[in-house]
Amino acid sequence: MISKEEVEHIAKLARLELTEEEIIKMQADMSAILDYFALLQKAPKITERPAFAKGYGEARKDEILPRDAGLVEKLIKATPDKKDDYIKVKTIL
Amino acid sequence: MDLTTLTIREAHEGLKNGDFTSVDLTKAYLKKIKDFDGELNAFLSVTEKLALEQAIRVDERIALSGVEGHDFSMLCGIPCAIKDAIMVEGEKCTAGSKILENYVAPYDATVIKKLKEQGAIILGKTNTDEFTMGSSTENSAFGVTKNPHDKTRVAGGSSGGSAAAVAANMACYTLGSDTGGSIRQPASLCGVVGLCPTYGAVSRYGLIAHASSLDQIGPFAKNIEDAKIVFDSIKGKDSMDATSAELNLESLNAKPYNLKAMRIGVPKEYFSEGVEPEVEKIIKSVIKKAEDAGAEIVGISLPSTEFALACYYVIDPSEISANLARFDGIKYGLSGPAENLLEVYLKSRGKGLGAEVKRRIMLGTYCLSSGYYDAYYKKAQEVRQLIREDFAKAFDLPAGGVDLLFCPVSPFPAFKIGEKINGPLSMYLADIYTIPTKLAGLPGLSLPVGKIGELPVGLQIIGNHFEENKILAIASELEKMLS
Repeated sequence: MISKEEVEHIAKLARLELTEEEIIKMQADMSAILDYFALLQKAPKITERPAFAKGYGEARKDEILPRDAGLVEKLIKATPDKKDDYIKVKTIL
Repeated sequence: MDLTTLTIREAHEGLKNGDFTSVDLTKAYLKKIKDFDGELNAFLSVTEKLALEQAIRVDERIALSGVEGHDFSMLCGIPCAIKDAIMVEGEKCTAGSKILENYVAPYDATVIKKLKEQGAIILGKTNTDEFTMGSSTENSAFGVTKNPHDKTRVAGGSSGGSAAAVAANMACYTLGSDTGGSIRQPASLCGVVGLCPTYGAVSRYGLIAHASSLDQIGPFAKNIEDAKIVFDSIKGKDSMDATSAELNLESLNAKPYNLKAMRIGVPKEYFSEGVEPEVEKIIKSVIKKAEDAGAEIVGISLPSTEFALACYYVIDPSEISANLARFDGIKYGLSGPAENLLEVYLKSRGKGLGAEVKRRIMLGTYCLSSGYYDAYYKKAQEVRQLIREDFAKAFDLPAGGVDLLFCPVSPFPAFKIGEKINGPLSMYLADIYTIPTKLAGLPGLSLPVGKIGELPVGLQIIGNHFEENKILAIASELEKMLS
């Protein structure tokens, strides 16, 4: 069983605010799922480095492409807090 | 005549012959949605204005093609619906989440761009588990989609809205996305055709990301021919998705596939104690029919299958924890009132995200955190390699392998609403037969092959990478045999 403190620590890393009730439920759910993951240790070991997405992954050139001017407007419109064409955030320093 | 029962080809012929217009078709579907969706909840939004505008324009195009004597594309004028995780410019795209409740898509996904170029009519956006995480749409922030065959049961998920919409004739075809089984499982539970293409076959640009090494877009349709028409229209390389690949399907098309020349593998691990006896009976009887039609049936083993679910639930949440970091209360959607920047993140995500999404973010963060990375994430990647090798061996034809695999899509038919919602692990088990192929990036299809009472059961046909044509050809032959 993972501890309540561990759940709180992970939630902080994940930037999630959890209620007291959610923390208790999360502790039980995560523990059951993590216990199930122990099964993986029974799998045969492999010596070779696993191939990540083999055969794919040709990145396009990092070029600035002209896009419809309205797109900028739409992207900014989607932000919850803005002033003119700027996205507002809380003071960082 | 009820226009909403027509297949894509039938509707295309009707448009060509002038039996009805695209506006007629579109209005027939909009009426179906109005009459039936109040109860089913397959749609999160109905884009009536967009659909009718598109239909009017398309009718002009069709009339012109009649005058000029040239044909128009198969999807031209045919109404469809789109999973609400795929962006349609100017329309809401919620991904089933409260955090995106009022988010309006700023551009079209590549698949939408392709459909629009063909003249497709978009009726609306369909329900999904929040951020496509789930197997029943019960994780949607906007209510569960009910199964058209039994309204006390789920339609499956996460693309449950797309599956139910086709099953209830509220769209001629739909698009969904499959990360662990989210196309095949709801297709099986709703009794429609669902194709999850090979990883890389269809561009994901404009699909709200769940787990990027697994996500894939694919069609739901009334029959195999329709599924193929839609798949052919959306597939192919896209510079906006680096994982997309050019498919050389022309050469595959040149070779006709039939059951007589097929070696069909039946993996014993997919008929273990978890599968309901009635489901097993239906699948086995289809396999027998394939054998009677001349296919060679080979019992095979995929020994790493038992690790697949655990492997998936390490990799999937790990990718989620990274992908969903973008929902921070600043760039889009819901933002909680806060004193400082950290509080903006904590409160926006705390308020905006639902229980299953939070659970997976937490699991992923845990699996990737210092001290646990090797035991979980790295180990899971190694196991993923074992699963890939199992399938590579199974499909190695020169070494005595098979052409296709036949197995169930889901161990059980549609389950009761609320039955599995409190036990995350029991819900995860709903995808036990669809997850292994995803880890290997393989294509899979759900074909309706029988019923338990009113509840449909799907056969899963799995093929090697980019062998969608082989899957579709054999599925089409089976479809004819079973009808």
